[in-house]
Amino acid sequence: MSDNEASKEPFEPKIVAFFCNWCTYTAADLAGTARMVYAPNIRVVRIMCSGRLDPQFVLAAFRDGADGVLIGGCHPGDCHYQEGNYYALRRFTLLKKLLKSMGIEEERLRLEWIAASEGDKVQKVMNEMTKAVRELGPLKLEPRAYDLIQAQPATETEAVTLAQEVHHE
Amino acid sequence: MSQVEIGSNGTPKIGVYVCHCGINISQKVEISETVEFAKKLPYVTVAREYKFMCSDPGQELIQQDIREGLVDRVVVASCSPLMHEHTFRGAMAAGGGNPFLFQMANIREHVSWVTVDKKAATKKAKALIAAAVERIALHQPLERVQVPVHPDVLVVGGGIAGIHAALTLADSGKKVYLVEREPTIGGHMAKFDKTFPTLDCSACILTPKMSAVGAHPNITLWTYSEVIKVDGYVGNFKVQVKRKPRYVDEEKCVGCLECIKACIFKEGKFRNEFDEGLSKRKPIYIPFPQATPLVAVIDPETCIQFKTGKCKKSCAEVCAPEAIDFEQTEKIKEIEVGAIVLATGFKTFDAARVSRYGYGKYPNVYTSLEVERLVNAAGPTGGEVLLHNGEKPKAVGIIHCVGSRDVNTNPYCSRVCCMYSLKLAHLLQERTGAEIYDFYIDMRTPGKGYEEFYERVSHEKIHFIRGRVGEVTDWAMEPEEVGKLVMRAEDTLMGAVRRVPVDMVVLSVGLEPQKDVEEVRRIFNIGCSYEGWFLERHPKLAPVSTFTDGVFLAGACQGPKDIPDSVAQAGAAASEAMAIVDRGYVELEPNTAFIVEDLCSGCKTCVSICPFSAISFDEEKKVAVVNGALCKGCGTCVAACPSGALQQNLFTDEEIFHEIKGVVSYV
Repeated sequence: MSDNEASKEPFEPKIVAFFCNWCTYTAADLAGTARMVYAPNIRVVRIMCSGRLDPQFVLAAFRDGADGVLIGGCHPGDCHYQEGNYYALRRFTLLKKLLKSMGIEEERLRLEWIAASEGDKVQKVMNEMTKAVRELGPLKLEPRAYDLIQAQPATETEAVTLAQEVHHE
Repeated sequence: MSQVEIGSNGTPKIGVYVCHCGINISQKVEISETVEFAKKLPYVTVAREYKFMCSDPGQELIQQDIREGLVDRVVVASCSPLMHEHTFRGAMAAGGGNPFLFQMANIREHVSWVTVDKKAATKKAKALIAAAVERIALHQPLERVQVPVHPDVLVVGGGIAGIHAALTLADSGKKVYLVEREPTIGGHMAKFDKTFPTLDCSACILTPKMSAVGAHPNITLWTYSEVIKVDGYVGNFKVQVKRKPRYVDEEKCVGCLECIKACIFKEGKFRNEFDEGLSKRKPIYIPFPQATPLVAVIDPETCIQFKTGKCKKSCAEVCAPEAIDFEQTEKIKEIEVGAIVLATGFKTFDAARVSRYGYGKYPNVYTSLEVERLVNAAGPTGGEVLLHNGEKPKAVGIIHCVGSRDVNTNPYCSRVCCMYSLKLAHLLQERTGAEIYDFYIDMRTPGKGYEEFYERVSHEKIHFIRGRVGEVTDWAMEPEEVGKLVMRAEDTLMGAVRRVPVDMVVLSVGLEPQKDVEEVRRIFNIGCSYEGWFLERHPKLAPVSTFTDGVFLAGACQGPKDIPDSVAQAGAAASEAMAIVDRGYVELEPNTAFIVEDLCSGCKTCVSICPFSAISFDEEKKVAVVNGALCKGCGTCVAACPSGALQQNLFTDEEIFHEIKGVVSYV
C-alpha cells in the first residue's frame, strides 16, 4: 500500500501518545494482554514519567506530522516519582494556550490519567481521541519550512528517502 | 542542541529483528513486509525475522550478528519492553555488545493484540519500528551502577503472612524489623477457632509461631506501631516508624495481668475489638491470653486518668515492676533496610451495607468473624454458641457471598468464604446440634483436601440450598415463623421460593482491602488494583514483586487468599527479599539525569523541582550537580531545564525527538 493510495481513502489521523512507564504504558500493555481492541491510529512513545514531557515534544510531534497528541500519566498522587504528573499537568495547560495561539484546535491535545490497572480506560481514550481528531480532519499548519514534511510523498520509498533527507539536514 | 552526533561512535550498524511470537504477532502483522521496510531505514544493516526472538536460538541470532560485526545496535520488534527488555539486554551483553544499545518496538501488546485490521496493524508496526531505529542510532553505551545493599529487612504487618515472612528471614540470619499496628501480632488467624479443611486448632498452630517471633534474637518486634515514611530505593530504604504510646513500658511489663484486675472499672465496659464487640474490656487490657508481646496497653480514649486526670491509678499502684507510665509519648524510630515485605492483610466486608440481611437490626444476625469468636474456646462464651438471650440456636442459616460476587458491592470472589462457611456449618452443628441451612451461589472448593471436606460436611446434618438469599426478616407468615428470623430465597435447584425460619443467621462476609490502603501504598510507592488490592508486578511471573524494586507482597494485601496461600506467598516474598540482601549489591538502571556543564546557566530550576533532592548547586562553578545514586530517572528536571543542559540517559531530548520523527514521518 502506498501512501498515495492511502490519501484517496478516508482520512485516518496519526496520533502520537506519550505514556509514562509505570501507569499508562503498563495499562496499554494490559489492554493488549486482555485483547481490548481499539483504533490503530495512536502510536506510543514511552517515557519514564509524564514529568519528562518537554513541551517541545508535543510541538515536534505536530511538526513531524501528527494530527493529535495524547499524554498519559499516573493519577494525581500516584506518580511513581511522587509529583512528575503535576508538572505534566502544568505544561499541558501552558501548551493548550500556546497551541490555540498557533491555530491548533484544543481537541488535538489531550491529557489523561490512566492507572496501571485501567486497560479499559486506554481502550476508551484511544477510541475517543481517534474519533475526535478524525472529525477535525488533518492538521493544517501555516505554510512554513515544515511543508517538506507535510507534503504527501508519492511512495513509501520516497517517504523513507524524504525522511532521511530531513533527518540529515 | 544535540550533545551526541550520530556516528560519534562510528557509523551505527543497526540490526532489526522482528518476532512472530508464534502467531501472536504474525496473525495481524505482515512480518516479511515489515522486515523489508526495516531494511530501508537509516543505518539498518541487518533485518531479520524469527518465530520466537526471546528463545535461545532467537537470542543467538542477535549475538551472532554482533560477533560477526554486522550490527552494534539492536532493535527487537516483539512484545512490551516491560516483558522482555531485560532478556534482550542480557542477550546483547552475552553477545559482547553493550546492553543499552538496545531498543524494543512493542508490536504485540500495542499492535497485534489490539488491532483488527491487518493492514492497519502492519502500518502501526512499521511506525513503531521506525521510531526505535531512529532513536537507537543515538544511543550511547552505558554502565549500570552498583550500590551496596543494607542487610536488614522490614516486614510490615504481623498476621500469619508477616509472621511467616519474618521468621523465614530471621532464621536465615537476617535482622528483621516486624512492625504491627495492633498491640499484638496474630492478625485475623488469632481470632479463629479451627482452620479448614483439616480443622487444625488455629491457636495451636499459630501461637508457637507468635512466641517464636517474640523470642527470636534476629527479630525486632514493634507492635502498636506504624510505618509513616519510606525514603530511598532498593537496597537502601530509610524508614520512619511511629511507635504509639501504650502507656506501659514494654521492657518492664511481665504480663501478670494484676493491673487489669486492679483497674477501678470492676467489669469490662468497653467494646473488645478482639472479640468483634461480643465482649467488653477495661481501659487497660491485653487483647488475648497468648498476645505477643504479652504487654498490657492503656486505651486513652476510655481511661479515667486520661479523661479526667483524677483516677487513683490503682493499676500503677499494684504494678510491681512499675511498668505503667502515663507520661509515655509517641516515638519516631528511624531504620535502614535493604528490602521490605508488605503483609498488611485485609478487612472483612461491612455486613450493614447489605441492609436486606438485617445486620445491626436483628441482634441474631451475626457476621462470620463474630461466629468465629463464638465457637472459639477462648472466645466471649467459652466456645458455647449462645444467642444474645443466652439460648442455644435450634436452626441456623448461613449466607455465602455477602459482599462478594455482587455488582452492588464487590464483583470478585473472596475465595475463602465457601470453605470457612463449610467449617462454621460443621462447628455450629457439632456445638449446638442445630439444623444448619447453608445458602450458596456456587460451592467453590478448589484446594488440596477442600472438595473432600465439602463431601464430608455434606453428609452431616446440613441442608445445602443453592440460591442467593433475598432477605432476612422477622415478619412471620406462618405460626412456626413467629419469633424467628425468616430467610427468603429462591432454591434454584428446586425452582421454588422458600422461606426458612431460623434462630440465628450467619453472614459469610467477603474480604476487602484495608481502609487506609491508599495511604499505605503511597508511603511504599506501589500500585493498587481497581479494587484496592496491592498490585503485583506480574500476575503470573512476579506475583510477590511490586513495581517498586525491593518491596514485596505477602498474604491477603495482594488479594483474597486463605492461610496456606498466605504462608506460601510469605515464604516467596521472604526469599525474594533474601535474594536482594544476599547478593549484597543492586544494579541501578542507568537512566539517570546528567548535566552538560557548558550549557548550564545556573538558574537552579532543577534543584527545587527534583522530588528526591538529587540535584545540588555547585556555588564555585555555578552549575547544577546531579547525584547519580539519588536520581531515580524520572526526567522531570530534564523537561524543566530551560537551556537543555540537563539530559537523561536513554531518554535524551535528541533520542526522543528522533523517536517522534520516526513514529510519525515514515508511514
